[in-house]
Amino acid sequence: MDFMTIFTIFVLASFVGFEVISKVPPTLHTPLMSGSNAISGITLIGAILSAGTQHTWLTAILGFLAVVLATINAVGGFMVTHRMLEMFKRKD
Amino acid sequence: MSPTLVNLAYLVAACLFIIGLKGLSHPRTAVRGNLLGAIGMLIAVVVTLLDKHIISYWLIFAGFIIGGGIGAVYAYKVKMTAMPQLVALYNGFGGAASLLVAGAVLYEAGVLRGTPQEIALNAEFILSVFASGFIGSITFTGSMIAFAKLQGLTKETAVRYTGDQIVKIALAVITVIFAYLMLVYPGSSVPYWFMVMVAAVLGVLVTIPIGGADMPVVIALLNSLSGLAAAATGFVLFNTVLIVAGTLVGASGIILSLIMCKAMNRSITDVLFGTFGAVEGGPSDDEVYGGKVKATSPEEVAMLLEGARKVVVVPGYGMAVSQAQHAVRELYDLLEAHGIIMEFGIHPVAGRMPGHMNVLLAEADIPYDRMKEMDEINPGFKQVDVSIVIGANDVVNPVARTDPKSPIAGMPILDVDYSKTVVVIKRSLSPGFAGIPNPLFAAENCLMLFGDAKKMVEQMVKSCKEDFG
Repeated sequence: MDFMTIFTIFVLASFVGFEVISKVPPTLHTPLMSGSNAISGITLIGAILSAGTQHTWLTAILGFLAVVLATINAVGGFMVTHRMLEMFKRKD
Repeated sequence: MSPTLVNLAYLVAACLFIIGLKGLSHPRTAVRGNLLGAIGMLIAVVVTLLDKHIISYWLIFAGFIIGGGIGAVYAYKVKMTAMPQLVALYNGFGGAASLLVAGAVLYEAGVLRGTPQEIALNAEFILSVFASGFIGSITFTGSMIAFAKLQGLTKETAVRYTGDQIVKIALAVITVIFAYLMLVYPGSSVPYWFMVMVAAVLGVLVTIPIGGADMPVVIALLNSLSGLAAAATGFVLFNTVLIVAGTLVGASGIILSLIMCKAMNRSITDVLFGTFGAVEGGPSDDEVYGGKVKATSPEEVAMLLEGARKVVVVPGYGMAVSQAQHAVRELYDLLEAHGIIMEFGIHPVAGRMPGHMNVLLAEADIPYDRMKEMDEINPGFKQVDVSIVIGANDVVNPVARTDPKSPIAGMPILDVDYSKTVVVIKRSLSPGFAGIPNPLFAAENCLMLFGDAKKMVEQMVKSCKEDFG
């Protein structure tokens, strides 16, 4: 893969993002923020590689810290979103 | 696992993120959407753990346990009113994680020079590392300031000083100089970390001048930045799932920022760099209110409600502060049981983050189809018998429609003043974020109910119960 390929993916993904997210109703904007926030925890996979490959002790520590922060972001984000969305379910 | 299989798994994860976000377009499908997103994350993580370059797992799993524990406990315990702080905090963590990963990869690239695992230190790589560190660092400190403001650790008001724009521009220029140094000395990490520190200061300075009603814009913007930082890290690692996921979040945050800005009739640059609240020449409090404000009691409001056919509640940040949503729910049950329709008119910037009011009302079990958007509810206000404004001010100020010189001129508002009677529950006549008096409070059809929102609504419920028998 060259730079131009991933740049193309970036641009196309932004169009998909605008298309999908503009359909989210205002009622769900807070869950949208916390849920998309959880998705941005995807940095976790970069963190895992740095913490696991351990080329140097410094990168291992940086990777470890990043794993902690990104995991908080991902786990906390999905869980709190789930908690909120359960409240929006119709109670019949 | 072969690289093809790994990339296929990443593709599946990216698709799950898109399908998951699509699920958020309706409350019925939203829970499933969020779960699909979480499954996507799980797939991406598991596949990454199988990477053959990983030589030790204990640091990774220690990170999972610590991070997962903190995230889960906080997610479970947080109050719905504190949701803006939580999102701010998580945004910051995401940004910090991205800047750490980019820093680690840059350092590895320096160490691995001349080995078979060598990473090409070309300009694209260096600039991606720069973007990840720069955006990540601003997101981190900016979010921490936003968190401190929302949590009440620092004053929420805007902090401004003369020459602040020049300082910010100077800092931005310095980060560009460090980017240049990174390009000149591609094997060194030193310019990167200096750049990160300068960007951190910049993040603080950009967020400090923003407060109050502008908070939703900032939170949405930081949300977007945390995604863009992840996308930049994707460029560093040449990893497509990071790029797709980060970009989706970036787009989401930008859309929300634009919606918030539109709802305040302001531009993003105005929120970030402009001044607000410097009101000159407008009418004074005395001119607007002098002898015209009528105070009422919960008992009187209860009588009004009993004679009404349609009631609209307009919640604002004051409802969140006094935790009045459960009392409102009681009132809703009581009125609905007696055939009185109650709906909720929600302004896009009510509260401290997009959709803040909806979450609070949902927490109190108000059905979502009773929560109406501004454009949906505005045409019907003439048929509304009683509008109850709870802790909102600027979003119901008719000056926005009538006075082109007002600082909120042109801002879309909820037209509560068209309803037969307006009841405003508020602690005092103090102005909202815009710093201007609200002629609604002095209007012929407006009654002021001074006091704490929760207590006032509770007393209204009590009176209604007595009257209904």
